[in-house]
Amino acid sequence: MNPRYLPLTATIAIFLIAYAVCIAQYPNMLSTRVIGNLLTDNAFLGIAAVGMTFVILSGGIDLSIGAVIAFTGVFLAVLLQATSIHPLVAFVLALAITTAFGALMGAIIHHLEMPPFIVTLAGMFLARGMAFVLSIDSIPIKHPFYATLKSAYYKLPGGGRITLIGGLMLLVFALGILIAHRTRFGANVYALGGGAPTARLMGVPIGRTTIGIYALSGFLAGLSGIVFSLYTSAGYSLATVGVELDAIAAVVIGGTLLTGGSGFIAGTLVGILIQGLIQTYITFDGSLSSWWTKILIGLLLFAFILLQKGLILVTDRRRRHA
Amino acid sequence: MQASTSILSATAIDKIFPGARALDGVDFSLQRGEVHALLGENGAGKSTLVKCLTGAYRRDGGRILLDGADVDPQSTLEAQNLGIGTVYQEVNLLPNLTVAENLFLGRQPKRFGFIDSREMNRRAKALLAEYDLDIDVTAELAAYSVAVQQVIAIARAVDLSGKVLILDEPTASLDAHEVAMLFRIVRRLKERGLGIIFITHFLEQVYDISDRITVLRNGKLVGTRATADLPRRDLIAMMLGRELVQEVAAEHGAKGEGGEVRFRFRNFGRKGHIQAFDLDVRRGEVVGVAGLLGSGRTETAEIMFGAERADSGTAEADGRALDLSSPRSAIREKFGFCPEDRKVDGIIGDLSVRENIALALQARRGWARPISRSEQDRLADEYIRALDIRTSDREKPIKLLSGGNQQKAILARWLATNPDFLILDEPTRGIDVGAHAEIIRLIESLCEKGMSLIVISSELEELVAYSSRVIVLRDRAHVAELVGNQVTTDGIVEAIAASAGRVDA
Repeated sequence: MNPRYLPLTATIAIFLIAYAVCIAQYPNMLSTRVIGNLLTDNAFLGIAAVGMTFVILSGGIDLSIGAVIAFTGVFLAVLLQATSIHPLVAFVLALAITTAFGALMGAIIHHLEMPPFIVTLAGMFLARGMAFVLSIDSIPIKHPFYATLKSAYYKLPGGGRITLIGGLMLLVFALGILIAHRTRFGANVYALGGGAPTARLMGVPIGRTTIGIYALSGFLAGLSGIVFSLYTSAGYSLATVGVELDAIAAVVIGGTLLTGGSGFIAGTLVGILIQGLIQTYITFDGSLSSWWTKILIGLLLFAFILLQKGLILVTDRRRRHA
Repeated sequence: MQASTSILSATAIDKIFPGARALDGVDFSLQRGEVHALLGENGAGKSTLVKCLTGAYRRDGGRILLDGADVDPQSTLEAQNLGIGTVYQEVNLLPNLTVAENLFLGRQPKRFGFIDSREMNRRAKALLAEYDLDIDVTAELAAYSVAVQQVIAIARAVDLSGKVLILDEPTASLDAHEVAMLFRIVRRLKERGLGIIFITHFLEQVYDISDRITVLRNGKLVGTRATADLPRRDLIAMMLGRELVQEVAAEHGAKGEGGEVRFRFRNFGRKGHIQAFDLDVRRGEVVGVAGLLGSGRTETAEIMFGAERADSGTAEADGRALDLSSPRSAIREKFGFCPEDRKVDGIIGDLSVRENIALALQARRGWARPISRSEQDRLADEYIRALDIRTSDREKPIKLLSGGNQQKAILARWLATNPDFLILDEPTRGIDVGAHAEIIRLIESLCEKGMSLIVISSELEELVAYSSRVIVLRDRAHVAELVGNQVTTDGIVEAIAASAGRVDA
């Protein structure tokens, strides 16, 4: 088998085995309800993780997305509370702001040749600070349009529901896969992750691609913020602290190389589902502390880092013998 | 210039770097359907010339005509679009993409606005079939050997550019079988009418594949000859230079022979690095080391200084065994080493002249006994005066000095440790002519003071000027030792060519 599919295969295998173990212990977990909830509960994380996958594939990192999600939530809540504009207009405004914010970070990273870690760390503080400036309280959103959106779902056989936000996440993943593998932008993202100096020599527009990547991540963080505000019906500046780290974990567990250049968007979806599955198991059990989620995620991350390191060694050795 | 038949012609190309003239009025012309070898020692200006042709550097003077029209590429991309493609020794492709993606990055075939992978893979397969390469184009590039990657890089460059192909040391990491495969491809491209510039330091390959040879030395054109009319001996002489000053050689040849043997290396070597050699160095003697690039010159220096650990043999000074297992212990044994590439191995650009000079002495004393500031100042001032290092003051960052003055500062660093045995690897590389003479004078005065020196140089006149003996290297082995009257540029060229002939026969 092509070695680059190995991490993805491992992720899928782990998910299937974990799900089988869960079902063996709690047969109720084999239901479309559980699957529907898995999608709904992790929708905002999944959407943000798609953006993070692009960033990591290019060899970068985006630490700002948790703060951007919180900012978007507070922005929407304040706007809908203080004015009478339609939520759809507010959505467009929020997306415009977060996309511009991401593009700005990308421009700084490219033109000032700054490490993405530092630039997006600054972006994280800035976005979180802006959220606090808007409001320090948790503001409920009571617009009727929100209720309409929340009640929209597709009913699965067996009583499960694909909610609007769950379906949106699946759509974002599908579009992400299309962009990554079927557009020149996607090819350029992988090229950048393979080595920026070589990519430049081969004619990849480095600046345009870098700005595009962070703008996409900003856009998806904004979309994730909208989904999160639909999910919680509120905006709160202290929400989604550390979500960027959950997203990074999902990307790595999904088999994407942290150094960039290798991985799949689809893997991130499975990474998200594994995280959600562990959470669901703990809920079903009822007696376990929810911190077990973190512990298991931590162990999984270690396992995947080791797997990646091992793979690099194996391919290197194979090439030397070729 | 034969503008009618030449596809690429460069006239009077100048390139000036701070402190050195990298190219000085170099002419170069490339015919349609020829393989043109570009030769010269390190620092001769080969890569600078190529970089001027490919737009990686902006030239400071001269014209470049491509197909009879003036061109002035600002970037490698622009050169590529004009028709000049380059393949480097380090394959410049992306190992994490598939073979097909590498071939078509940035120009992928599209269908309904999206990349048509099937079409891309089909075209990639067809393209590689022209090169007799039948591989899985959907596999990652990293899965293939360097030779295959090299062919893929050539396929991409030719497909993109199609007029001129520059091969920069493409065979350096290939085995004989792979080189043969590569040459088959080069011959086929030649038949298609491409002009091919071939840079290498393997002379056998030059005679195997090239039609004409251009030799550069010290940024100047030495000459362009048809390969068939240029015997190997003459080629080596062109590369190493022989505008000799015989009388100087004779006078110096007699020098230094009277001193007693001070350093004795016996069966000293390291497998795969340099074949074991015997060498005696007298007090106050300069032993020159000559050979072509890759013959083991630098390796000899590294092993003597402990940068590479010897795995056989012994070294002793005045009958006492020496510990040369690491540069630190070599420094403790009063050895000094000025490396070849001072930008990489020698100077620390952001530190001041004073700090750069004090570095080696501090290393020998250990961090627990710092050199006081006043002592550092005294040391720096002393050597700035003694070696005539031209700097506005001792606190100036060394990167702002010219090449020759940087070289003198590194020399000062080692002289400050008061060494008994000093190894200089290409001490006059990349510095202007005036500084050349000063460095040579310095070498002579050092050996008059009783220091023993090993000097590695590709400037044969220089070697002849100051060496009492010359060791000749070839294929990582010491093959000849020239003494007394034998130390002439002719003698050295003869020794290199003779051993070359013997190995090839």
